[in-house]
Amino acid sequence: MSLTGMDEIVRTLRDRGRTVLGPVVRDGVITHAEIESVDELPTGWTEDQDGGRYRLVATGSDEFFAFSAPSSSWKRYLYPERTVLIRAKRASDGIKIETPVPEASSVAFFGVRSCDLAALGVLDQVFLDPAATDPTYAIRRADAFIVVAACNNPGNTCFCASMGTGPSPEAGYDLAVRELVDENRHEFLVAAGSERGAELLAEVTSSKAGDVDLEQARTAHDRAVANMGRQLSHKDPPLAALDPNHPRWDDVAQRCLACGNCTMVCPTCFCSTTEDSTDLTLASAERTRVWDSCFSLDFTHLHGGSVRTETKSRYRQWLLHKLVTWHDQFDMSGCVGCGRCITWCPVGIDLTAEIAALARPHQQPERSGEAK
Amino acid sequence: MKSISDLLSEHPLFAGLAPEALELIAGCGKNVHFGQDDRILVENEPADVFYLIRVGRVALEVATPRRGPLVIETVGPGEVLGVSWMLPPYRWSFDARAVDSTRAVAIDAACLRDKCDEDPTLGYELFKRFAGLVRNRLQTTRLQLIDLYGNDAS
Amino acid sequence: MTLPDISIVRPAPMTPTMYRVVSRRQDLADTVSFEMAPIDEIVAPPSPGQFNMLWAFGIGEVPISVAGYQDGILLHTIRAVGAVTNALVACRVGDEIGVRGPFGVGWNLPQAVGRDVLVVAGGLGLAPVRPVITELITQRADYRRAVVLVGARSPESLLYRDELELWRGRFDLDVEITVDTAPPSWRGDVGVVTRLIDRAPIDPRNTTAFVCGPEVMMRFVAQALVDRQVPPDEVLVSLERNMHCAIGHCGHCQLGPDFICKDGPVMRWPRVETQLRIPER
Repeated sequence: MSLTGMDEIVRTLRDRGRTVLGPVVRDGVITHAEIESVDELPTGWTEDQDGGRYRLVATGSDEFFAFSAPSSSWKRYLYPERTVLIRAKRASDGIKIETPVPEASSVAFFGVRSCDLAALGVLDQVFLDPAATDPTYAIRRADAFIVVAACNNPGNTCFCASMGTGPSPEAGYDLAVRELVDENRHEFLVAAGSERGAELLAEVTSSKAGDVDLEQARTAHDRAVANMGRQLSHKDPPLAALDPNHPRWDDVAQRCLACGNCTMVCPTCFCSTTEDSTDLTLASAERTRVWDSCFSLDFTHLHGGSVRTETKSRYRQWLLHKLVTWHDQFDMSGCVGCGRCITWCPVGIDLTAEIAALARPHQQPERSGEAK
Repeated sequence: MKSISDLLSEHPLFAGLAPEALELIAGCGKNVHFGQDDRILVENEPADVFYLIRVGRVALEVATPRRGPLVIETVGPGEVLGVSWMLPPYRWSFDARAVDSTRAVAIDAACLRDKCDEDPTLGYELFKRFAGLVRNRLQTTRLQLIDLYGNDAS
Repeated sequence: MTLPDISIVRPAPMTPTMYRVVSRRQDLADTVSFEMAPIDEIVAPPSPGQFNMLWAFGIGEVPISVAGYQDGILLHTIRAVGAVTNALVACRVGDEIGVRGPFGVGWNLPQAVGRDVLVVAGGLGLAPVRPVITELITQRADYRRAVVLVGARSPESLLYRDELELWRGRFDLDVEITVDTAPPSWRGDVGVVTRLIDRAPIDPRNTTAFVCGPEVMMRFVAQALVDRQVPPDEVLVSLERNMHCAIGHCGHCQLGPDFICKDGPVMRWPRVETQLRIPER
């Protein structure tokens, strides 16, 4: 379909009462916000990303999806930064608790990257576990209409190909879009991934894709795979063999600020804390769930102290959880290869490089006791 | 009526020791009995004997000016009372008092030290066993020192 | 990916139900035991070793092991170590405390049917194993020898003193108590609880051990048990970590691959030994 068709998708979703959220340029980054038409998409922009570096760069073309992983992911729409869990009142006849009922917010996610789509699948395993389901996440997730945009132009910090999460989506979406751009044309290949996706597709102006279109899409996919900025080597030796006493942990701890940026931008980090508050009269109280980071000193607070006091142990917890113990817990990796943690780390720590170093066997330090 | 040698062979400290060695040590030993609250050892007095406890319980104590005597450890059946006999200055570090009626085999330290000088193999065997005993005691004492159950302990 | 059937989602996994304090006992200067009765909704009967999240209005929640359960009445023993526990300990008879639970994997005493049962408790660790001891007593014939070893800082800091004396008086239970330091009026053992393990009248290879206390103590006790030939798989410890949700969502209680709230708090020694020996893991 043409650009008109794409705009029809956005407008039809809006007409059906959905808030359409899509990528936009704002404050010098590409982030997500409500859009009313495709005019608001980041036409002609791509990103220059590297360890601790993010710049918007003009492409000189009118490609819509020339960027890779924008600064924010989609997790905050399903798992908000702050969620009120209970409200309580203390009256003469006792304490009464009210549980706010989560509202379904009818949204559409427009222009989701494959890595971010995979991240939703990862969070599903956490929050939709039948043994303990998060009501807010469940209600919002069930309703969200997802339009994925396959990546033609992976960024310098991207490694979704290593993680098997991209650059093109396989399943779990309502509609999947690939922008087909060359000297001759600027069109969009759209596929339906669900019944409601197919139904919407039937409503908008489009023509059936030909072999040339599919060929061009395949070429774009292969080129994207070949142009990944980074890769995660994790088969040899297997990640599970990472040594918690490897000297590299001390090395990265010297650089890490424990600022927690990585956990904030990561699309799969899910840790939270709770905050209790009361009004001045102590007659009413609220309990709120708030995003938290395993990098905070208080994260492991127990009996007046913390278990993980050193930056080293906190960084180690984050990395080993994301790439190793997540497998034990959820039968998958916690990492989708979006590269945001590399881009948004103020000191540019690159977990692909850290893993490569940690996977190398290390020399035991000399214990001869002789002075060097 | 068991011989000293038999009693020694039953005590964990000498488990597995050859009968000849047991006989040698038994030559320095005799049966003793303490009544409840009997004083057994006194701090700084000559350490010229040690005891293999068979029945009962002995408290190791240290006298303190303000808090009175404090029990720092109790020694029970199968355990040993007294290690200061092994090395100079051969003086007791603590007081010891029988908490319950206690039976033990008392070994004359000077007698045993002489026998160890004459028979280094026996000496080595004895010191090995006592080293293990002291190591265990050090370990458990260190655990006591860190005040495991205190408010901030984890 | 299958999207959830919203209709079966329990609407309030994070909402406590209110309980009322019906009795209060000051165990130690900083430790209190409460019996609590449901005001409205009752929580599911906890099994020994499980815990509840107790909520102090406006202050916060903490995980506290269930020390006893009878006819819907919960027994919790709480030590004041922080803001929430200080608020809880200050509660009086008639006050309300929020309860969520029960959570976690418990001791599962029946796994030791036909075997010797060894309970080793240190300090406040006596509270989480108290339900094991009471269950053991009611089903005594199912088990062979039963030995309870209790360690505390001093005679004054022993918990459940009256019950300890009752248990010690039983012919079918071997109870040994040791303290780290004592005045001469103490006629019992002085020394760490690991020393009692050597003398415990058990058949090590046929023993299941239930161990609870400060983490350092559990490490040394577990090692002493293994040294005495108790199969490592038969040594169970109860761990604790910072918790906010108790349902595996907040992430705080992780020890390596395990969430202490749902994979524990009771865990088999081999599973946690490696992690516990890594400093700050």
